[in-house]
This record gives sequence, structure tokens and C-alpha cells, in this order.
Amino acid sequence: MKTLVIVDHNNNKLEKSTLNTIKAALKLGNVDLLVLSNNCKDICNELINVKNINNIFINENDVFKNQLAEDVADFIYENFKDYSNILFSNTSNGKNVAPRLAGLLDTMIIPDVIEIVDKQTFRRPIYAGNAIATCKSKNTINIITIRTTAFVETEIGNETVGIIKEIGNLTVNNLSKYLDSELTKSERPELTSADIVVSGGRGLGSAENFQILEKLADKLGAAMGASRAAVDAGYVPNDWQVGQTGKIVAPNLYIAVGISGAIQHLAGMKDSKVIIGINKDEEAPIFSISDYGLAEDLFKAVPEMESKIN
Amino acid sequence: MKILVPVKRVVDYNVKVRVKKDETDVELDNVKMSMNPFDEIAVEEALRLKEKGIASEIIAVSIGLPEVQETIRNALAMGADSGIFINCTSRLEPLSVAKILTSICNKIKPDLVIMGKQAIDDDMNATGQMLSAMLNWGQATFASKLEIQDKKIKVGREIDGGIENIEVILPAIVTTDLRLNEPRYASLPNIMKAKRKPIDEIKIEDLNIDTEPRLEILKVEEPKSREAGIMVKSVDEMIEKLKNEAKVI
Ligand SMILES: Cc1cc2nc3c(=O)[nH]c(=O)nc-3n(C[C@H](O)[C@H](O)[C@H](O)COP(=O)(O)OP(=O)(O)OC[C@H]3O[C@@H](n4cnc5c(N)ncnc54)[C@H](O)[C@@H]3O)c2cc1C
Repeated sequence: MKTLVIVDHNNNKLEKSTLNTIKAALKLGNVDLLVLSNNCKDICNELINVKNINNIFINENDVFKNQLAEDVADFIYENFKDYSNILFSNTSNGKNVAPRLAGLLDTMIIPDVIEIVDKQTFRRPIYAGNAIATCKSKNTINIITIRTTAFVETEIGNETVGIIKEIGNLTVNNLSKYLDSELTKSERPELTSADIVVSGGRGLGSAENFQILEKLADKLGAAMGASRAAVDAGYVPNDWQVGQTGKIVAPNLYIAVGISGAIQHLAGMKDSKVIIGINKDEEAPIFSISDYGLAEDLFKAVPEMESKIN
Repeated sequence: MKILVPVKRVVDYNVKVRVKKDETDVELDNVKMSMNPFDEIAVEEALRLKEKGIASEIIAVSIGLPEVQETIRNALAMGADSGIFINCTSRLEPLSVAKILTSICNKIKPDLVIMGKQAIDDDMNATGQMLSAMLNWGQATFASKLEIQDKKIKVGREIDGGIENIEVILPAIVTTDLRLNEPRYASLPNIMKAKRKPIDEIKIEDLNIDTEPRLEILKVEEPKSREAGIMVKSVDEMIEKLKNEAKVI
């Protein structure tokens, strides 16, 4: 079965979660990759050693610089209709483009897949992860987004494996236009792939107070995350939000500080290997899913922890 | 400008859902239902555009059992002008919903559709994008800021790395993210007024749309539960556990 993975990137660098999506795709058939960018070379260099890949298709064009859903979906629709499976990572790009492509193809999208049972059967979380549905697809072409934290990265070898081919007819849409973006700059590891995540909630009380958490994060080499309440209050940028409607993370260690543990937050982090909760309210729901809980004032516990970790 | 706002009736976000014993679905009997929170944000945004004098008419549409008329009434009580109720008893997937909305859009010709980015029951995040594809309209998903300029709409989108600003030609589809606005509560007089606002009923059969689900649900299960953890008494004990027991630092 011909299977295509749409490579996610920011034009210079591969979005690492693509490797997890490739791993999932290999369960479905022979895998080709598609890179749409105004600068495919650097991205391809990161993919050329990925094992078990057939072709890397590229189309290098300024049109793809900003990954507008209309252009990307149209291009895939025009050129890859004969595939059985087309997979995206469930990044903001994947979530933007994949359903549009499914709409063009008159096929029902299978979003946020956490397990591939067989070639037509998939498991996915519903109700903020409070239930897992097993679905059997009657589609002739499956458009799938992969919850990348549920799959490991695919193997990378030393040999050049994939063959790069320029492909495709391009029709440019005039429906939408990219203007600019305000990206959060950070030296820390990327939130969705970090080994350790330190997350803060409304309990932090202010943007300044988040600095005590950031100190702890930097000592641990951790990424920073947050609850929706902390983002809404303007303490931290929106792209830190973990949860049902934010990012899904599954690090080795998740440290939840001043977060009550609402189901919408748990939906984004409960697959972490080890969870610790620090909250002054010993009844806080976060403790019910914590491996280690500490009922203490965070303004005392966090600086103490930071000073004692070496 | 005419705005269409699709609204969905879902299990209230405060409810902790349980899986049915026979593992066919989650328990929906005697569970509190509400308007999908993202759809409330969509209604609110439409109302604000009307209050600014940009929009002239707001139509709320919902598809499902007769109960979904309550959800339409909620939208009317918030301030929408009229409703469309599409009477349908079978389970619908986003693909079918998008097809139904396409047919409604072709009929009432809105300039803008504002809708939630996802429904908090099936967490699909699909209908808006599918609808834009079917209508061949531009899409602005995950909106946290929105400004109408003449025949265009400027939207700030929440993306993984921060915010992206795009411009889309109208008519267009916008899907809402949480930070777009904070929805108002309907006042008592407005709830009373809403009772007299018109709701058009359409039977699904009259639309001639194939709504057969493409995904068969074989099973709905509880997620793996985590093993119970422990409470530690001090930071020292916490660090000791993380180092020697969990071995994560
Ligand atoms: C449709 C929808 C989607 C949502 N999506 C998300 C999502 O993706 N992610 C998300 O996080 N939320 C989401 N939410 C919001 C969610 O329901 C909660 O409101 C939110 O997670 C609460 O954030 P919090 O835990 O930081 O705040 P609170 O619930 O206010 O908790 C703050 C905690 O801090 C503790 N605290 C206060 N001071 C101290 C101190 N000095 N020391 C120690 N502890 C202290 C308190 O005891 C309390 O437990 C969503 C809601 C809806 C309706």
C-alpha cells in the first residue's frame, strides 16, 4: 500500500516529530516522503539517512514558504490521489492542512492516532483522553494525523536511503496570504520532545514569578510548559499551553507546579513517564495522577528544589 | 455582512465522562450537556462584529436530535438573530457535517462562517477545514485575533511556535481558539427574547446528502490508568525519589 508522509518543517529545519510519524507510517506500507518548501535541500539532508524510505518527493517553490493550507492541500490532492494513506504529524501545520485535504478527497479524516491496530483499524483518544475509541476505516484513502508522542522516532542509518525526486503540478491559490508571525524565542528544548518539562499554572500568580520555575527548568535542562489559566492570564506565551487544546507532551519527567489538574490539562500530559505535582492544596486533583506529590507552597518548594539539584 | 455560526451540543466540559459497561460509547444518559465552548467563542465573536457595525445578521445552525434546538436557543439568547435546525437522528462525522454546512452555505450565502476549532467530545478538529475545502473558500484556523478589512479578514492564528498573521479573502471560514474572546452570559431578558426568535427546521432527508459514517466505531474503552503515586513530605525526599527510585534526574 502506497503511503505518504508529509514532512513538517520550518523551511530550514526538519520538525523532529516527523520521524515519529514515519515510524507510524511504516506499519501501513511502503513509505514515501513529501517535502514542500522554498528550501528543500537542508530538510532533505536531515531525511536522506532515514531507514526504509523509498522516495523523497520535493517541490521547491516560494509558494510553500509559509505552508498555507490552501496551497499545500491542493498540491497533495492534485499529485497523490493514488496513495492509500497520507500521514501528517498532529502539529499546528498538520492539523491545519490534513482535514482540508480530506475534504477535497471526500474522505473522513482519522485524527490524533495513538495506535495502528491493522491497516484499516486505528485507536484515538476522545473526550480529552477520558476514552479511547477503536475505529475501522471504510475510506479508500486514509488521511491520518499522528499523535507523535505515542510513537518512537524511526531509525536513522549511515547510508543514503531515500531517492530525491522533484514532482508535481502546482496551482497557486489566491484565497489567503501570509503576513508575518510572532514566534517565541527560546534556548530551551522543544516542549513536545523534551525529556523533562516544568509546567506552571495560575498558582504562580504573575509573569515575574514564572522566573523561579524557569530557573528550575534551566537547572534540569527542561522545557517550559503551562496551564491554560497561566496563558490566559498573560503570564506566559500561548505556545506553552499543555492540554486538550494545547500541546500533547509525554516526557520522562513532568513537573506540575501550581496547577490544579483539570481534565483538560491532564489530557495533555498524563502519558508522561513520571509526574510530580507541587501544590499547596493537598486535595488538588493533580495529586491523583502524580507519582510523587508534594503539598507545599510553591514559593518555598521550588527555590529549595532548584538549590538542591546539582 | 451575514455570519453563519455552527453550534454543537456536547457533554459539558466539567463532566468527567465514563465509558459504558458494554464499551460501545461513553455514558450520555443524565449527563449535563452544553454548547461546545469553542462554539460559544464563535458566537461571541460574531456578536462583537455586529456590535461594531460590521456584521448585520448572525445565523446559528445546529444539526442533530430535537434537543440541539436548546443549543440554538442559547446562541439566540446570547444575541444571534435566527437559527437553523437540521433534524437528524443518526451519528454524524465531521465529513457529513461539512457537507450539510456546504449545502446551507450555498443556500444562505454567508460572507463569513465562524466556528469552533474542535468539539470537545470527539476532539476531531476537522469540520471547519473540510467545509472550506468543499466551498473552495480560504481558511483561518485556530484564531486568537480577528479583524475585518473591507473584503478581507486579518487573523492571528495560534501555531506551535507562537502566533502567525494571515489575510484571507471573504467569504471565508474562521475556526476559533480559546483566547479569541471571553463569551458573555445570556441575560434573563435576552433569554426571554430568544424564545420569539425564528428557528427554521430542515429535514436531513431533504438535503440529499450521503451521511453514512466512514469510520466504524468498534470499541470505546477507558484509557490505561496510572498506578497510584505517593505523597512525599519534603523537597529532600522528592529529590531522593526522583534520583534513586524513578531515576529521572
Ligand atoms: C474547552 C476548554 C479547553 C481547555 N483546554 C485546556 C488546555 O488545553 N490546557 C489547560 O491547562 N487547561 C485547559 N482548559 C482550562 C481548564 O479547565 C482549567 O481551567 C485550567 O487548566 C486551570 O489552570 P490552573 O490549574 O493553572 O489553574 P487553577 O485551577 O486555578 O489552579 C491553580 C492551582 O494552584 C494552586 N496554588 C495556588 N497558589 C499556590 C502556591 N503558592 N503554592 C502551591 N500551589 C498553589 C492552587 O491550589 C490550585 O490548585 C480548558 C477549558 C475548556 C473549557
